[in-house]
Amino acid sequence: MGRTLMDGNEAIAHGAIRAGCRFFAGYPITPATSILAKMLELLPPAGGCCLQGEDEIGSIGYCLGASMAGRKAMTATSGPGLSLYSEQISFAVGSEIPLVIVNVQRLGPSTGSATKGADGDIQFMQWGNSGGLPVVVIVPTDTRDCYFLTIAAFNLAEKYRCPVFLASNKEIGLTRESVDLDSLDVPEIEERTVFTSDPEDYLPFADRENDGVPDFLPIGDRTLVRQTSSTHGQDGYITTDSKEIARQRQRLKDKLENHVGDFTYYEYLPADKAETLIITYGVTARAAKQSTLAVAAKKTSVLVLKTLWPVPEELIVATAASYKNILVVEMNLGQYVREIERLIHDKPIRFYGKMDGNLISPVEIGEVLNNG
Amino acid sequence: MASLLNHSRPLVFCPGCTHERIVRALDNALGQMNINGSEVVLVSDIGCSGLFDVFFHTHAFHGLHGRALTYALGLKMARPELQVIVTMGDGGMGIGGAHFLSACRRNANITLLILNNFNFGMTGGQYSATTPVEAITSSRFLNKLEHPLDICQIADAAGAPYVMRCSGLGEDLSNNIEDAISYDGFAVMDIWGICPGRYSRKNAMRKSDILDQIAKLTPYNGVIEKNERSEYVSSYNQICSELSQPTPPLVVDKEHSPVISGKKEILILGSAGQRIVTAGELLCLAAMTGGMQATQKNDYDITVLRGPSIAEIILWPEEIGYTGITSPDVIVVLSEDGIPRRRQSFAQMAEGGLVIHNSRISVPDCQARTIAVDFAGKGVGAKDQALGALAFLASLNEGISLAMLNSALEKKFTSTHLATAQQTLAKMQLVEQPGA
Ligand code: SF4
Repeated sequence: MGRTLMDGNEAIAHGAIRAGCRFFAGYPITPATSILAKMLELLPPAGGCCLQGEDEIGSIGYCLGASMAGRKAMTATSGPGLSLYSEQISFAVGSEIPLVIVNVQRLGPSTGSATKGADGDIQFMQWGNSGGLPVVVIVPTDTRDCYFLTIAAFNLAEKYRCPVFLASNKEIGLTRESVDLDSLDVPEIEERTVFTSDPEDYLPFADRENDGVPDFLPIGDRTLVRQTSSTHGQDGYITTDSKEIARQRQRLKDKLENHVGDFTYYEYLPADKAETLIITYGVTARAAKQSTLAVAAKKTSVLVLKTLWPVPEELIVATAASYKNILVVEMNLGQYVREIERLIHDKPIRFYGKMDGNLISPVEIGEVLNNG
Repeated sequence: MASLLNHSRPLVFCPGCTHERIVRALDNALGQMNINGSEVVLVSDIGCSGLFDVFFHTHAFHGLHGRALTYALGLKMARPELQVIVTMGDGGMGIGGAHFLSACRRNANITLLILNNFNFGMTGGQYSATTPVEAITSSRFLNKLEHPLDICQIADAAGAPYVMRCSGLGEDLSNNIEDAISYDGFAVMDIWGICPGRYSRKNAMRKSDILDQIAKLTPYNGVIEKNERSEYVSSYNQICSELSQPTPPLVVDKEHSPVISGKKEILILGSAGQRIVTAGELLCLAAMTGGMQATQKNDYDITVLRGPSIAEIILWPEEIGYTGITSPDVIVVLSEDGIPRRRQSFAQMAEGGLVIHNSRISVPDCQARTIAVDFAGKGVGAKDQALGALAFLASLNEGISLAMLNSALEKKFTSTHLATAQQTLAKMQLVEQPGA
């Protein structure tokens, strides 16, 4: 099979088109800009719309409007832009607006280093918006994942009516790799569930029994649709009924947390008689996998998490059960290790991470393993 | 003339609030136009004007403070047939200034009603971007220090083709709103009103005061001819309908036998403008024609025309995991710029490593075999030396062969560029090695 030389950002753009994305808006920011550029090349000829916003707040706002009008929408940014998205992300969470948000992470804090990688926004993506309700964060390790998981991200955004983060990294977004995307077994494309009963009965935030996700109707069709960022009841009008408020908040939490088992993406590489389990994600996973080859004497298994939020608790607990100790490796100063520590209490958990603009290398991980 | 008012949601404004008149005038305007509720989306901002969407039987979109125009454009792009009407206060106008300017510049067919009552009513009468200097507000002295902005002049300067300043208490309000909605482009109405709940408790304001004050300002009565131009959404769609399909990504099949069996880490050090990134890409493509896997990372300064440019390439018959270069097998040095950033790489070179450098540049001492190439002497200029170095590597079967490089050039370049690239290869006077 032929291969293509493609970086992660390009793969995201192609994945988005494949997933049925028909609206993109973004603001130039290194290292995410090439997604905007690629979408501008691909989307308009495909019948979609691509805009460059006046700022990040505008860009994501355009996406929210278009998504409510029925388009599959995506935006892409990096840390400083993600900070500006915050209020609009909470809107998408609370008002159940499907949206894919690509965060090509760069070294922070703040302006930081535009062309250096890091995974410094792992807790920020989950908690960096008001209200404290769950979001979905999925994490690619390479170009292939960027393609596959972008499609998965759209499916999740549509199915659960929520913002879904694709947490890439400069080291994936701007690294070219030879890939054969055609041979990839990509997920089947899913659409948001459209309301089909009597229009008179339509409630834009109906508390459905099955999965807790309200049926969708687009703004602009015959049936009137209400969308609001205010605390609302099922009818989309402001409510002060505390029971109704509590029920709706709980639903927003449950619709994701109760289904994380259905979208727990991961890779597990068990080694024979291994005592140590490395838990990692993102570009660092590639070094971790290689490090275990290097330290053959000390057999080590690797769990690569590709769904980080909601935390795939069952997978982590079940996988860790048979190991004596855990090593969490991440390209920051210790973020997701907090979740692992929250879940596992019966064995030592070590952490290795750094933020110096360089990749964590297999040799470094090997040294940590050997010193353990 | 049917009303679109939502009778299950009575108006809740303070008695005497101009907002109430504007709700009724908007309803009248829509009625006069015979518009169906499902053909309209009311996008409302935050504050007392943010309640508007609730009072109407239309589609409704109520979002965050100052951002109403952003949702409005998304809706309009996705559904150009929708009548998009935005209501916001002087507060939303102030905080959403960038969106306002951008909307004026874009000229999408959206109607913006700014309910300008010179203060933040809902939060307790604080001063806003339009509060007069002499007004008494709950912001104590702050408004005395800031110049109030003239919404209409700003809209005009930013390119809005339709701008109207009027009184919310005027007799023509319904007709004015109808005129603005009917306009095919971005229409801004700066509607002055009274906020008895907050502002006019300390600032005397009668119907006639509003008219007197408006009369003292530059009049804006609708269409601004000099700003008239085609509407954004239809122009956007027109341009898109004429676009050709993008070129699909280049697919490389295996055409040659590989010349290496293990991993090869190659570092190319040069300067901006020396086509280092392209050389890296060509190297990857060439290796791919030999069935190899490849990765490429680039490192250059944000000022693209100055400073170092570095490409890091890994070639391997297997899947490449870690993409960092630890101990390079080959370092190509084309300018001094790239050396300081990768000085340690020379010390870390793999056993049997190779350094190829421009003979006019000295490179750090290292154990590797070092070959100096006189590119200039061969007539290969600075811009082509990266390709020349690739050809040199290929002639030694270091990762790729000359046949692979030629295949890569044919894939990457079209006629004129291809001819130039092939000339560079010819100037290098290299001979294909046996076994390649
Ligand atoms: S506070 Fe002012 S703007 Fe708000 S409803 Fe009362 S009078 Fe109207």
